[in-house]
Amino acid sequence: MESLLNQLPIGLSIGAVLLLIALGLTFTFGQMGVINMAHGEFIMAGAYTAYMLQDWAGSQAVIVALPVAFAIAGALGWVLERLAIRHFYGRPLDTLLLTWGVSLVLQQAARDIFGAPNVQVVAPSWLTGRIEVLGAGIPYARLFIMALALACVVGIWAYMERSAQGRRMRAVMQNRELAACSGVATARTDQLTFFIGSGLAGVAGVALTLIGPVGPSLGTYYIVDAFLVVVAGGLGQLRGAVIAAVALGMLNSYAEFWTDASLAKVIVFAVIIAFLQFRPQGMFVLRSRALT
Amino acid sequence: MRKSFVRPLVAAAVLPAALLTACGGESTENSSGSGSSGNTIKVGILHSLSGTMAISEVTVKNSETMAIEEINAKGGVLGKKIEPVVEDGASDWPTFAQKAQKLIKKDKVATVFGGWTSASRKAMLPVFERNKALLWYPVQYEGLESSPYIFYTGATTNQQIVPGLDYLNKEKGKKKVFLVGSDYVFPRTANKIIKAYAKANGMQVLGEEYTPLGHTEYSTLVNKIAEAKPDAVFNTLNGDSNVAFFKQLKSAGLGDAEKMPVMSVSIAEEEVKGIGIANIVGQPVAWNYYQTTKGAVNETFVKAFQAKHKGAVTSDPMEAGYNAVHLWAKAVEKAGSTDVAKVKAAAAGLSLDLPEGKVTVDGSNQHVYKTARIGVIQPDGLIKEVWASDEPIKPDPYLKTYPWAAGLSS
Amino acid sequence: MSERLRGYALFASISLLLLVVAPAVLPAFRLDELAKYLCFAIAALGIGLAWGQGGMLTLGQGVFFGLGGYAMAMYLKLHDAGGDLPDFMTWSGVETLPAIWKPFSNVGFALAAVIVVPVLVAVVLGALVFRQRVRGAYFAILTQALAAAFVILLVGQQGLTGGTNGMTNFYDFFGQDPEAESTQRTMYFITAGVLGVLYLGARQLVKSRFGRLLVAVRDGEDRVRFLGYNPATVKTITFAISAGMAGLAGALFVPVVGIISPSLLGVVPSLELVVAVAVGGRYALAGAILGAVVMNYAKTSFSEQWAGGWLYLQGALFILVMTLAPRGAVGLYEQLRDTVARRRSVDPPPVQTPPVKEEVPA
Repeated sequence: MESLLNQLPIGLSIGAVLLLIALGLTFTFGQMGVINMAHGEFIMAGAYTAYMLQDWAGSQAVIVALPVAFAIAGALGWVLERLAIRHFYGRPLDTLLLTWGVSLVLQQAARDIFGAPNVQVVAPSWLTGRIEVLGAGIPYARLFIMALALACVVGIWAYMERSAQGRRMRAVMQNRELAACSGVATARTDQLTFFIGSGLAGVAGVALTLIGPVGPSLGTYYIVDAFLVVVAGGLGQLRGAVIAAVALGMLNSYAEFWTDASLAKVIVFAVIIAFLQFRPQGMFVLRSRALT
Repeated sequence: MRKSFVRPLVAAAVLPAALLTACGGESTENSSGSGSSGNTIKVGILHSLSGTMAISEVTVKNSETMAIEEINAKGGVLGKKIEPVVEDGASDWPTFAQKAQKLIKKDKVATVFGGWTSASRKAMLPVFERNKALLWYPVQYEGLESSPYIFYTGATTNQQIVPGLDYLNKEKGKKKVFLVGSDYVFPRTANKIIKAYAKANGMQVLGEEYTPLGHTEYSTLVNKIAEAKPDAVFNTLNGDSNVAFFKQLKSAGLGDAEKMPVMSVSIAEEEVKGIGIANIVGQPVAWNYYQTTKGAVNETFVKAFQAKHKGAVTSDPMEAGYNAVHLWAKAVEKAGSTDVAKVKAAAAGLSLDLPEGKVTVDGSNQHVYKTARIGVIQPDGLIKEVWASDEPIKPDPYLKTYPWAAGLSS
Repeated sequence: MSERLRGYALFASISLLLLVVAPAVLPAFRLDELAKYLCFAIAALGIGLAWGQGGMLTLGQGVFFGLGGYAMAMYLKLHDAGGDLPDFMTWSGVETLPAIWKPFSNVGFALAAVIVVPVLVAVVLGALVFRQRVRGAYFAILTQALAAAFVILLVGQQGLTGGTNGMTNFYDFFGQDPEAESTQRTMYFITAGVLGVLYLGARQLVKSRFGRLLVAVRDGEDRVRFLGYNPATVKTITFAISAGMAGLAGALFVPVVGIISPSLLGVVPSLELVVAVAVGGRYALAGAILGAVVMNYAKTSFSEQWAGGWLYLQGALFILVMTLAPRGAVGLYEQLRDTVARRRSVDPPPVQTPPVKEEVPA
């Protein structure tokens, strides 16, 4: 019974990880319709940033790396957008294959630069403890990830809803042509959107060094889950992504508790298919009268 | 109409060029013709050089090629130089089967050294058996197999898992154990053996959990372990999952190796850094060889390997691969031929001083006698031996000499 | 030469190449490898149909490939075991034959299951998903997740499926040793024949009224619906056909390569198939086949030469193809042909091939 309660914070923390890896995608996939399979590799880039920064930031590298990884992964995303993706608007499925090619190249590049084995990222000592809640030990690392996810969500929300550039971003998402006619520089907005979305992947990568492996295949472990969150939440919907991530985290936590890890994954998938039966466009739908 | 022809033209130029380079390799095919040409003996080396298994298998390939160079430097075998033909299994089991076929049929190699995962071995097995060719398989595995066309130079279960259990049970007095493994053949078979052992030796299995390969979310599993309160965990997780598991176990406050040791059988010197030394220091592992294993042969081996690969560590599977090459070469010398049947006959009972100590081939099942060693992970990332069997243990892949294991290998 | 005649001439010369030249020239194991590529080509043909013609980007074809392959492997395993348990079950601790295995000892049932099971799964999935108008990226990601879940399920049920090892070591394929050279040769011809027949069938389908409807659904699903058709039915049927092709390909793969295992069915192999179709040219069925054969050949020979480099080359190739030649090799060929034709004659230029279009989620 006690451990049943313990699964509650665990579900929340799984949800926070899912949210963090999926947040960037709600930008690039949700706002721009780009299926960025290289998102996982941007996460990897963030993780390696933390690894590289250890040389001069020591054990505090994880904290220092957050803004740096945002900038580096964001820059990678920006380059990708400039070089390739901007030719692909309106062809979302092609971006999937294109970015998959990019992800292969980035993975092999990581293997050549950092070597095939996983590398070591040392967590700051103040993140290694845990607090007792309801008799369960919640690691500080998990709390940190939850706080980080929360901070990112609040930051994005404020940016989207309260800033002029965020307003432009929403305008482009809702109706690209009309936004362009109204004087919004859509190309510039796209670049910025992609920068932020990819940057968030970098932030997620730094956080993941606390709980998972740091190696060339890191991105492949998270990419499918990240897309599922976005699909379940609805395109471009911040609140959808948040609710979907937490719900899937909880589902995962309890399904694994009652069955096992393999079956839990299958159950999560089955639930998503069933859910899309009721809500084919995800939890929240952006209303549109456009004809496909 | 705005029509650009530049784009299609550029693509037209690049695409065939790329394909041509890809196909260019094929030109070597006809030139080499059949098998051993004149003064060399061809042997195959078949490991994953790409894909998820490349991390581990490339190091074995390196130690095998080093062994070949050593033998060649001393004049080769039967007066001929050994010429390795290296193939990539690409972490994909059907590819292993097809490349094995290619090595046997096209390159006509005398023998093949290769494989890592059980799945790759199972995929290659029919190819070697049908073609009556020889495979040397260098990794510890789940036992219950003894193909007449495979030599197993890694440990079988009674040389690794059983000693690991003995150590927990008899040396450390740990009676309640929790089993954690990746979801594939080795962990499932290993755990079957562990459960049978536990039943007969007064141990209690509190839980048995499997996670998909590549799984990285261990909080629920850690919670289950915390709930069960075992004395020890027996860990058969594979690859990157180990990193996530140990990080999350440690941060949940269950990382004390004295209170609850986690005995691992798939973590060698190379993996320790990636897991994070702080997360795993003090934990026991079970193997037959460590870089720190005492002896002059090992000192030379480590020195030679590190001279070739700067900063590299040596590990059990690498050593087993290195051993395989030397054992094969010795058997060929003794047989006076590379003929498979003659080599098999010559290898039976063959004994060599190798980095792990004296290694003897058991002719009855083509496994080797190995000393079991329990090690503890040190703050420098190396592994220190804390316990070893008195002498090399006779391989028993079907555990026939263990009464408690009756019925396991039915 | 008319377009139609040219098509037949091409088909005839490729048939000649595959059925006469290749078996005469290639050494046995290379022929076997070619047979493997042709298996993938059959699955790719299905993708060409579903994606190229129907606009359904299916990233889970590995699932259907696997269903067909496992059905075949289950029969062969039971046949080899001759009343006993298949080898992997004994070392997985299974004591009695699971109920789901029993019907597969019947050869008729197993061979039917090779096609029927994937088709049924596709029909159920398609009926659920397409009726709800799940499409575009949603469909792609859903099928991808399906592939991921399928592999986890297969690996987890080791006693039923052989786990990561899959099933291998078959001794008797309808009275022949599957590893014998003569069997492999026969299998090559069977595979090539099946591919040829399916190609002709698919071509006929594309040219039919149904085929036009399919393309119409791809280019404007809502408009088709307003015209009184039910796009969900059209899509489900096409998806089921492509699933059946993948199932057949999987079943042929088992005797050709001698193994079926989850590593062939997951997210990455499924994606690789789609990418092969894209490289070959998604709008032409022949492009799908060409792409599958060439990409798999390149993968094999390249990884024999420079293992790590294959990833770079593969990645770079997709990037180039997607940005510079989204219509693939066949599209390039057509563009070149048109350009040449336009320069030569003063006739009005041939009908412009339509630009790459796909459904955009609203």
